[in-house]
Amino acid sequence: MPELTQQELETRFQKKIDDNLYIEPKDWMLDKYRKNLLRQISQHAHSEVVGMLPEANWITRAPNLRRKAALLAKIQDEAGHGLYLYSAAETLGSSREEILNAFLTGKAKYSSIFNYPTLTWADIGAIGWLVDGAAIINQVMLQRASYGPYARAMIRICREESFHQRQGYEIMLTLCRGTAEQKAMAQDALNRWWWPSLMMFGPHDKDSPNTGDMTKWRVKRESNDELRQKFIDRTVPQADFLGITMPDKDLKWNETTQHYDHGEIDWKEFNDVISGHGPCNRERMSARIKAHNDGKWVRDAATAYANKKVHKVKSL
Amino acid sequence: MQDNQWPLWEVFIQSKSGQPYKHCGSVHAPDGAMALENARDVYTRRNEGTSIWVVPAQYIIASTPEEVGEFFDPANDKVYRHPTFYTLPPEVKYI
Repeated sequence: MPELTQQELETRFQKKIDDNLYIEPKDWMLDKYRKNLLRQISQHAHSEVVGMLPEANWITRAPNLRRKAALLAKIQDEAGHGLYLYSAAETLGSSREEILNAFLTGKAKYSSIFNYPTLTWADIGAIGWLVDGAAIINQVMLQRASYGPYARAMIRICREESFHQRQGYEIMLTLCRGTAEQKAMAQDALNRWWWPSLMMFGPHDKDSPNTGDMTKWRVKRESNDELRQKFIDRTVPQADFLGITMPDKDLKWNETTQHYDHGEIDWKEFNDVISGHGPCNRERMSARIKAHNDGKWVRDAATAYANKKVHKVKSL
Repeated sequence: MQDNQWPLWEVFIQSKSGQPYKHCGSVHAPDGAMALENARDVYTRRNEGTSIWVVPAQYIIASTPEEVGEFFDPANDKVYRHPTFYTLPPEVKYI
């Protein structure tokens, strides 16, 4: 086969994406595509892993055994999702060690939402309902992302996330049908988690410079603002049903657009949290680093055991 | 000892008895027994499988995308391998 020129390779690559086909690990791909995807998938993986921390705070204090078992299962899923995504990221040519190292040294980011504290049990309800709800909207889109291993991981993840959101909403529902104090607790959690959940979709389209390439490469198939709007439109009626209200006085149904209008997001807060000054950034990173270091002896012991077995077989 | 994340294993799962094994992802583990347990915990938390294979990733030999055309070429011009190549009268049944 004659050697293809760079231009031919690029055209072929883009055509494959435009034809709704998938790029697989050994296929030729643009260097920029590989780099951007590696960054996005590994950040996504780190977010799943850090996402375990705010919820872990409530395992021992869950109100009953049913809630505790569900919360444990949810957190175990987050670990699983992190692993699906690390394994997808590795197919882009980076090792697990390199990916983890970028995370533990603070070079790679994770979703800013996990830098907020979980102050009451209602926060566990609000996280499942809002944070997982927002994640689902984004992840449903990514199920058809052009990179095969990423899209396949997303399909598995979406299948599991719906339990997360439903268990969260059920916690909110129970609180809202409980005493006045319990309902107030649900309202308070909504007040604190609503805006950070909206920020999960990222900056407004006009301030989002990276979107162009990712759209062209069929990774991002809907814009930040479109996804955010979809989330708001779905979630407001769910809050109405609970009988609690979004902390946004400008939120109202718009007959003309058939969408909810909403107030302005505090982008200063968003930028502060992203650049490391959120309420829990330092706590999350140190918890993660401690867990990694505390696990080293387990990794070492298992490696030593595996090596010993190999030597035994060889000496037989 | 150097800290590392162990070798990579590819995971294949049979979803139901009688079904073929399908690739579903990978895990890291120091040996086969732990790879199998990790694969169970990561990929079958909701009864997705009745059986699992784990294979050291380094031993998988894969076709290369660049040669895909020539590689599959021998089958392209053999229409006579398909049942529709043969025309039979409509009166003939069960064939």
